[in-house]
Amino acid sequence: MKKALKNPGVQAFVASVICILLGLLIGYIVLLFINPEGAAESILNVIKNFFTWSKPKTQLKQFGNTLSKTMPLLMCSLSILFAYKVGLFNIGAAGQYVAGACACLYAALAWGWGWLPCMLFAILAGGVLGAVVGILKSYCNVNEVISGIMLNWISLYTANTILAKVKEVASPYTMYITDMNPSALLPNLGLDKLFGNNKYVTLAVPLALVIAIAVSVILSRTKLGYELKATGNNKNAAKYAGMKENQNIILTLVIAGGLAGLGAAMLYLTGYMRWECTQSSVPGMGFNGIAAAFLGGLNPIGAIFASFFIQHITDGGQYVNTNFYSSQISDLISSVIIYLCGFVLFIKITMNKAITRNEEKAAQKLKASDAKAEKGGVQ
Amino acid sequence: MEQYAIEMLHITKRFPGIIANDDITLQLKKGEIHALLGENGAGKSTLMSVLFGLYQPEEGVIKKDGVEVRINNPNDANALGIGMVHQHFKLVECFTVLDNIILGVEPNKMGFLQKKEAREKVLALSEKYGLRVDPDAKIEDITVGMQQRTEILKMLYRDNEILIFDEPTAVLTPQEIAELMQIMKNLSAEGKSILFISHKLNEIMEVADRCTVLRKGKYIGTVNTKDVTAEDLSAMMVGRNVNFHVDKTPAKPGEVVLSIENMTVASKVHKNNAVKNVSLKVRAGEIVCLAGIDGNGQSEFVYGLSGLEPLVSGKITVHGKDMTKASIRERSTVMGISHIPEDRHKHGLVLDYSLEDNLILQTYFSPEFTSKAGFLRRKNIREYANRLIEQYDVRSGQGAVTTARSMSGGNQQKAIIAREIDKAPELLIAVQPTRGLDVGAIEYIHKQLVAQRDAGKAVLLVSLELDEVMDVPDRILVMYEGEIVGELDPKKTTQEELGLYMAGAKRDEVKA
Amino acid sequence: MLLLIQYTLIFSSVLILVALGGCISEHSGVINLGLEGIMVIGALGGALMMRYCQTESAFLMVLLVILAATLFGVIYSALLGAACINFKADQTLVGTALNLLGTAAATVFVKAINTAANPDDHSSEIEYIRARKMFILNIKGFEFNWFMLIALIAVIVIAVLLYKTKFGLRLMACGEHPQAADSVGINVYKMRWAGVLISGALGGLGGICYILAGVSIWKFENGVAGFGFLALAVMIFGQWKPGRIALAALLFGLFRALSNTYVGFPALASLNLPGNVYNMMPYIVSLIVLAFTSKQSRAPKAEGIPYDKGSR
Repeated sequence: MKKALKNPGVQAFVASVICILLGLLIGYIVLLFINPEGAAESILNVIKNFFTWSKPKTQLKQFGNTLSKTMPLLMCSLSILFAYKVGLFNIGAAGQYVAGACACLYAALAWGWGWLPCMLFAILAGGVLGAVVGILKSYCNVNEVISGIMLNWISLYTANTILAKVKEVASPYTMYITDMNPSALLPNLGLDKLFGNNKYVTLAVPLALVIAIAVSVILSRTKLGYELKATGNNKNAAKYAGMKENQNIILTLVIAGGLAGLGAAMLYLTGYMRWECTQSSVPGMGFNGIAAAFLGGLNPIGAIFASFFIQHITDGGQYVNTNFYSSQISDLISSVIIYLCGFVLFIKITMNKAITRNEEKAAQKLKASDAKAEKGGVQ
Repeated sequence: MEQYAIEMLHITKRFPGIIANDDITLQLKKGEIHALLGENGAGKSTLMSVLFGLYQPEEGVIKKDGVEVRINNPNDANALGIGMVHQHFKLVECFTVLDNIILGVEPNKMGFLQKKEAREKVLALSEKYGLRVDPDAKIEDITVGMQQRTEILKMLYRDNEILIFDEPTAVLTPQEIAELMQIMKNLSAEGKSILFISHKLNEIMEVADRCTVLRKGKYIGTVNTKDVTAEDLSAMMVGRNVNFHVDKTPAKPGEVVLSIENMTVASKVHKNNAVKNVSLKVRAGEIVCLAGIDGNGQSEFVYGLSGLEPLVSGKITVHGKDMTKASIRERSTVMGISHIPEDRHKHGLVLDYSLEDNLILQTYFSPEFTSKAGFLRRKNIREYANRLIEQYDVRSGQGAVTTARSMSGGNQQKAIIAREIDKAPELLIAVQPTRGLDVGAIEYIHKQLVAQRDAGKAVLLVSLELDEVMDVPDRILVMYEGEIVGELDPKKTTQEELGLYMAGAKRDEVKA
Repeated sequence: MLLLIQYTLIFSSVLILVALGGCISEHSGVINLGLEGIMVIGALGGALMMRYCQTESAFLMVLLVILAATLFGVIYSALLGAACINFKADQTLVGTALNLLGTAAATVFVKAINTAANPDDHSSEIEYIRARKMFILNIKGFEFNWFMLIALIAVIVIAVLLYKTKFGLRLMACGEHPQAADSVGINVYKMRWAGVLISGALGGLGGICYILAGVSIWKFENGVAGFGFLALAVMIFGQWKPGRIALAALLFGLFRALSNTYVGFPALASLNLPGNVYNMMPYIVSLIVLAFTSKQSRAPKAEGIPYDKGSR
């Protein structure tokens, strides 16, 4: 037990669980504060999400919905954690996601491309945006958070302008891919059958999981990952070892941007959502990615579970009692969780201190009893 | 009875595994200039930290004007009228001189600064003690000497009676040093008591009335400077008996491997150049030691040589090939330079990486460790790491997968040495390779350096430790204030003579 | 034209207030990336006051609204202070969390209030037509907003505070060289707390000013559209100096105002550019400005580095 607690992986897991529990507790308190009557039921519904449905088939179908939205979130969280390994905070993932959405929707609706080129185009768009942040950072010393935010807004308005060309006449939404160009829809690979004929469960699900594993492999098993992590851990040592910092920063952000762009393709090319050309705020997917990345202990495999959890409670938000509460309670909980992730280091240090203190005490006791035994022996 | 401004009596301060101060007594008379002399690691800074309340000693007492006092933090020390000019100035760069002086004791009305009276007091003080400053100049725009005068004025403005100067001449030009000496004399003439921490013997001889010497945490003695010579002080500082000895045969120097011509490197801490016009040569099969007291440009010299910092001017060649403009990677791979860095935590290791990943830090990109597709060959890495671990006796909790952070300092250093030597370099640069290590590890590292020499490599050792400087190399170059001031043969010279060069009391014109 | 000046001045006022907040915080050594969230919470405080306060006195209303916004901002910024100063958390992460939390929390609360008042109302809007009029003085078609004056006063007060008082000197020392400040007996933690809380007050003020700028009804789901970050760009462009920040804010405010008023200029309208181009303007301008000014920017040296008394 004690040994397990020393393991950094276990520590990260414990810290994340503490963050989740505290986050849910705070969410519950907020609900209590608004109206004590339905608070318990509503917070449970947030946690239960699709389990609130009674029929197993509906549960399955809703599970499919959550799953298909988890994948873009997972991509965004991978984007953020990948950049964070090099010491960069890629808050621009939100904008890179928007760029990806704009690229794949426009290619699908205006040019009639198939799903694969649409997807690659989305990756390219996200990557280009990432490159801009990277170049500004490495050659002009512009803080990547501020430039990322600026680009988020620029890409939002650009997407609104471009996608207005492929929107329905009567509504602010883009046209249905299903009607206009079914070839751009991601293939289901029969996965829809598994989830009660949920047509939104597509290739994206296995693909995202494969990519998460690939990111994990890149970080742990390739020369690139070795260099990136070295730069993030100790810039000076990386320089001493002859690594090129600027080049690595740009490359990292291109990859991170591509991941976020791909995430958008994974959602919009299922037909689950359409773009609203009058929207005035950047979609939250990129920001929720921050929560998922940190909650997952900045580990790609951890990010899979954390993304699912975040999406799970985000979707669960719609099951709160709307007579009193709003679904944004989920956003509140995830942002509280991000805030609490800031304390993870502190939690870990406290854990380690407690462990060493216990060990020292045990060692002293052992010594004391040894000394006694020796004394006894002499006499 | 003698009047003492401050007395530190029988101070003992222990740290895990080391006694930093072992029964040390220091008595500062009113109005005297008292030097505190000792090598790096002799315990001077620990003693000062005790005086400023940063550490609490296990034994011993501090008395002010004969009365015992307790000092729990720097504010207590300030309240007792003790002030210090730190070696690294504590000045806010973008503030003016005046703002820095009044910071913390600002004259104000309802919170609004009243700089006029402050300025008058500062100008009066600078007049009285001959401290020329422009109160409205910004710190970042003025010379190091003027910055130091600002620090002195900071103490005087607070009416401190006991003034401590920590290595005050390390960053000054000779003219500035002469001025500082005069200022210190003025201050003591006005009744201030001065504690002058230094290891520059001629300065101590010139300015100090008495001198207390520490060595390896122990109190050696207190002498009147007019009764002794610089050689006597040097002997007290370094001690006469050498603890250990490195067995080696006479060197057989071969062709020139490294040649440096007129290298100049800028300083990051002050505006003067840290390395000035240095030229030197290192041949195959010899160990050349760059000796000197800390902060005389050795670090910057190595940064310039290894490519971590650009040169202001000069030329570096290895085996006749110009590498002045080569990248760090080219210097390492093409030119065959290995570098054991001064600060193993800052440059030498990625502490959160495993031991095996640290062992390939300079070679991870080679075909042996990275496949064409860019994947690390983990199996090869593990085998390589295990071989090095065995061959160089690197000990760690879990072998190759141990996190570098959890290893002991000695084994971290061994890992770096294994990595750098196993690269089969033409030139090995070892900067303070034994810093902070125990005797066993030191001996081991010295043997490795000699083995490299005997294998026909060129070895450049940068060291602050006198024993090491005397024992390991075949040739000594002494660096003082960014210049090479002497070339000595370790077999013919003495530690005392070496000390005189290192302290700037003696210099020759050296041609590379 | 008058309209353009009016909008320029009011948006500049927002930017001035928030950028000064960022500037104070950074001078103390803490990067406040949570200004966006602080603005939302400040706006929430002010909007609630406008909704529930029934006073007829314009003076009282303005005063109470300002107090409410300031108070909300200060309390909210304490979350940043606690995490970044005492627990040495990653300042970027915490700032981001505060931004997301600000919008989420405001939305949840406003919706709860609306729903409680009317079970069919699930909007996140607060309306303040009556109260807004009390902030505005109509001078021959020019809508003078009291916040324009407040922003001007804030520039002067902050400039005096930074450069003429004991507090300002100590604050800036903590952001530049905390070890030096500590060595002369200044409590670095306390000064940094002061910096963060003042920045919270100014951020809150900026938030209420922002929602009063052009409209009489605010939808809290929308947050403040990156204004907190624009303010940081203004701060960098203004080189952390109050006077220059004011000038930079005027420039950025002009570009922001264009998106509200470009239709009124025949020359611009005839270009036939989509409205979104004008919406993007401030962000594009700030990106360009940052690209040219960040390299030689003189940020407080110790900003973003948690101060640890132990490491000297």
